Amino acid sequence: MSTAIDVQNVIKKYGQSTALQGVSLAIADNEFFTLLGPSGCGKTTLLRCIAGFEDVTAGEIHLFGQNIASLEPNLRPVNTVFQQYALFPHMTVLENVAFGLRMKRVPPEARRARAGKMLEMVHLSSFADRLPAQLSGGQQQRVALARALAPEPKVLLLDEPLSALDLKLRQAMRVELKQLQEDTGITFIFVTHDQEEALTMSDRIAVMSQGRVQQIGAAREIYEAPVNRFVADFIGETNLLEVQVERVLDGIAQVILPGGHRLTCPAAMMAAGPASGAGRHHLSIRPERLRLTPSGPLVAEVERIVYLGTDLHLLARLQDKTAVTVRIQNNTREGLPAPGTWVTLTPEDGAARLLAD
Amino acid sequence: MKGVRHYPGFLALAVGCLVILYAPLAVVAAYSFNDSASITQWGGFSWRWYVDVFTGPEAERFGAAAWNSLTIAVLAATASTAIAVAAAVAMVRGGQFRGRTATYALINLPLMVPEIVTAVAALIFFTMVGITTGYLTILIAHITFCIPFAFLPIAARLSGIEEVYEQAARDLYATRAQAFWLILLPLMMPGVISGYLLAFIISLDDFIITNFVKGAGMETLPTAIFGSVKQGIKPNIMAISTMMLAVSVLFVTLSYIANRIGQKTRT
Amino acid sequence: MAGAAPQGPPQGSGQASGGSTGYRQIVGPLLLPTWAVIGVFLLLPVLLMGVYSFLTKEFRGGVIWDFTLAAYDQFFVTRGLFGDEPPQIEWTYIAIFWRSIWQAGVCTLICLIVGFPTAWFIATRPPAQRSVWLFLITVPYWVNLLIRTVSLKFLLRDNGPLNEGLMAIGLISDPLPLVNTNLAVQLGLFYSYLPFMVLPIYAAVERYNFALSEAAADLYATRWTILREIVLPVVKPGIVAGCILVFVPSLGAFLAPDLLGGAKTFMIGSLIDEQFKGSQGNWPFGAAVSMILMALVLLVLLVQARAAGKAGAR
Repeated sequence: MSTAIDVQNVIKKYGQSTALQGVSLAIADNEFFTLLGPSGCGKTTLLRCIAGFEDVTAGEIHLFGQNIASLEPNLRPVNTVFQQYALFPHMTVLENVAFGLRMKRVPPEARRARAGKMLEMVHLSSFADRLPAQLSGGQQQRVALARALAPEPKVLLLDEPLSALDLKLRQAMRVELKQLQEDTGITFIFVTHDQEEALTMSDRIAVMSQGRVQQIGAAREIYEAPVNRFVADFIGETNLLEVQVERVLDGIAQVILPGGHRLTCPAAMMAAGPASGAGRHHLSIRPERLRLTPSGPLVAEVERIVYLGTDLHLLARLQDKTAVTVRIQNNTREGLPAPGTWVTLTPEDGAARLLAD
Repeated sequence: MKGVRHYPGFLALAVGCLVILYAPLAVVAAYSFNDSASITQWGGFSWRWYVDVFTGPEAERFGAAAWNSLTIAVLAATASTAIAVAAAVAMVRGGQFRGRTATYALINLPLMVPEIVTAVAALIFFTMVGITTGYLTILIAHITFCIPFAFLPIAARLSGIEEVYEQAARDLYATRAQAFWLILLPLMMPGVISGYLLAFIISLDDFIITNFVKGAGMETLPTAIFGSVKQGIKPNIMAISTMMLAVSVLFVTLSYIANRIGQKTRT
Repeated sequence: MAGAAPQGPPQGSGQASGGSTGYRQIVGPLLLPTWAVIGVFLLLPVLLMGVYSFLTKEFRGGVIWDFTLAAYDQFFVTRGLFGDEPPQIEWTYIAIFWRSIWQAGVCTLICLIVGFPTAWFIATRPPAQRSVWLFLITVPYWVNLLIRTVSLKFLLRDNGPLNEGLMAIGLISDPLPLVNTNLAVQLGLFYSYLPFMVLPIYAAVERYNFALSEAAADLYATRWTILREIVLPVVKPGIVAGCILVFVPSLGAFLAPDLLGGAKTFMIGSLIDEQFKGSQGNWPFGAAVSMILMALVLLVLLVQARAAGKAGAR
């Protein structure tokens, strides 16, 4: 597979503050690629650098081999779906969708036909002559998609396009977006802070924080094998336990748990991490992979039980006061431990994972 | 208890405010329809002073003055609005460039310098440079002091327009010029219209500066009216005043409508 | 046209202002017309006026390029009718300035006393009524100042409708001498600039969070205590802006004192105007008086900007 976008060591500074601290990543053709991170992590800045709305301070951005980092936005064959859609309020839906084609000097007949086809694709043919303000949020979102796809960009950039929709619509659009990407075969770069969105749609995800890419991988990879504390904490829920590392060898670590039990578990391979050896580091155990067992390496006092419908959360505290959460399926009809009682917990095999800081 | 918004007496003051503002205008408008040549007695309703304005002995003088006022106002409003649009784009979209604060002060200079001082400075300047005072000097002075009035509503509107529309246009292959003419300018239009109307009315209204730089024999409506009033307020002056009042009301209404449309298209 | 205070530069929108819309590179050409027009036809003339105030007066309004302090000397110093007495402070012009400042100050105060309740009242109407009230307040602002002043003069004349009306109902037997008094000038100034007071205060009150008043009322404050302790400090920027907008143009006003006042109500505007009329004129002196007026206005604006800066820094 060829590389659609190759970001090489991109740095972006605004005056004193640095938004991107040397980002490198390669995105394959036809890929649904997601930039995921909390607000202020640099994901939108990176997207805007690719679109051409920001000049990079240093580094290169290649689009199918051509360095586009210094091109004006109108000279880059990439299109953007904006967060608030940015539909031109004084133009009809059809004029909006045809705008890019008009700028590319496609003859009126051809562009009307193409814009009409795009509206058909997003099921909005009957709204062609409306103004954007007369459409619902979901409809505006589809127009924005049609408008960005009409000029057949090589890469489509989507800047949190679903964040303005309500929950039901958002879930429906996820499926539709993924379908659209598969149908058109265009590379999608999708920016979001919503991990569920990222996990459900993406071929690969880049988790970003503080202007750096923390981890790139498929959904399962970043959920099950987070490389560091940030990724483990940001993706899903997890219990972070501070442990004493005895040694790390070939990706297997031996640690001492709070309470004194020894545990052998996989360790994330990071140059600056615990691979170098002993010290205090963090262990991640997902709540659904902790079990209440008659005996086990962890002892905790139950504080409260939170009812969540399909699940229950058992909130407890270890002897060293670290809070832990245990997720229990809501089908146990037997008695649950009462608050104030002490229980023993066992992580499933391979569930504990030593993290880099 | 009528709630924290209510204060006794405020309604009375607000109504009093309106009465003070409108009473003189209403009286003049009423007397402009007075049939009697004596301005103190009511002699029945009549259009005679309006007829007199267009056909009477002073008709030619006031006609020429009105024509000067109107053409100067159109030209000054057009020029100052064009200059203000460019300035607003630079000030709102240009980021933090060197000299931004100085430029902002410069744009506001006509508002900060007292009118009479502007008038004196302009007269001295034109005399020193050797430009004969007349139509051209009035026009130049009007363009100058109309710029901030056109600038304020335009800049206010522009700073309410997110950059994302222009970015979307650039993203869809529009050049900077295309993005301006096809996207930004139409979105700015309510502000531009407000600015234009404001500049127009300000130019039409000006007396002090015009009076200094108009030169001999050149009159605009305000200077002509001022000249006449010095010999006493005659009924034809009241008729002219009432017509100008009507024009002003028409303009406020237009600008009000432009603003309403602007609010609708605001996104 | 009216004097107005600067409101501070408009902020560019968004964090990356200008970088992405491409106007940053052409800021120079975009601002060139502004600099050319205002720079050449206002800034430069004001500077030239400064130079002019140091030139020597020539017979019939012209000047001779000899630098002298004569104009300022004439303003501040007197040496008697024949110029042979020891120099003393000349009070004539200072008195005119003092009267102008006093008139403008009183006008500002009256505008505030009437304008604040009006603005408050409008801002607390339901939105539909609000725009009607605002419309009514702004209409006079758009009406020619000359026409407004002439109308007021017409109304106040000895045999004008006001006096006639008062005599008709028997309140007075002889017309009140209203025109050519300080009172008439005061009324004219008030009438000219009242909308300038109402509008900025309205804008401030409209943004005022009435929950603050409710919180104060909840904590046992009375209506007037709330006004003094909560409302006024919060809407102060609007009040200050309104005061500046009224004070500055009142100071240099020409039409109201000229049409409604007489010799006793002579203000700065008329003094300057006189220096440029006919052969009695004295251009360098007129320029000097203008410079002093401008210095006064800049001082007011500077004090206001300082105060605003301090308030902003809190």
